[in-house]
Amino acid sequence: MSENNGAIKKMMIILSKGTLENVYAAFVLANGARMEGIESEIFFTFFGLEAVHKKKLEHLHVATVGNPAMHMPTMLGGLPGMEALASSMMKKEMEKIDMPDVHEFLDILTASGVKLWACKLAMDMFHYKKEDLYEGVDAVITVGDFYKQSQGEGVHMLFV
Amino acid sequence: MEKIIAGKNITVNEEGYLTDFSQWDEQVGEALAAEANIPLSARHWEILKYLQNEQKNQVALSIRRIGKSGVTDIKEFYQLFPNAPLKTATKIAGIPKPASCI
Repeated sequence: MSENNGAIKKMMIILSKGTLENVYAAFVLANGARMEGIESEIFFTFFGLEAVHKKKLEHLHVATVGNPAMHMPTMLGGLPGMEALASSMMKKEMEKIDMPDVHEFLDILTASGVKLWACKLAMDMFHYKKEDLYEGVDAVITVGDFYKQSQGEGVHMLFV
Repeated sequence: MEKIIAGKNITVNEEGYLTDFSQWDEQVGEALAAEANIPLSARHWEILKYLQNEQKNQVALSIRRIGKSGVTDIKEFYQLFPNAPLKTATKIAGIPKPASCI
């Protein structure tokens, strides 16, 4: 806390999940940092890659099973179409509070200077290519590259 | 609290935002911009007037709305008002700090 009175200079956010609520959490945190004059970067790994996969990013869902905060019985949440229904309801609510959809949010992030990195290991695992990804993704990098990118004073790292 | 801005006694809150827009004029705007180390160009003024107009119409300001304003885009907004653009621009414009997360 001694350096710069503990001021946050940069947020390094690791997104490992592809559910809508986790993707939005990471995006809001990254964008919120930029709005405060804090640098921010997102490292997309494992299912988090879905948020920058051109064909998948428009079709992210909220989890209705294994999510007690949905207050929905697990058996009911598992019924066909339930996830899609819950997701479309959530998307409607988000539009009401001026929350952009995933693609528009990515546009806002890149325009705001947020760097977007895709995890090489996860890319290999899912057999994704760079051209499968949203065009604003800066590069496919290793975890070691990501740590190098995170060097400096006042840098904080966050895992979603 | 009171603060002397551009030679005038101005009421501001603890973060330095004007609490009474009627006390704002272009000299006050210039002085607040100088405090933020931003030399104001014609482009800056277009955006500041836009923000004041939105405030007058009671529109909740957000980065997303700036992007859709037709006056500027998000990239330029960050270039013109580096470091917390919405917070800085609203302060210079003499309007309240937006309580927006997006």
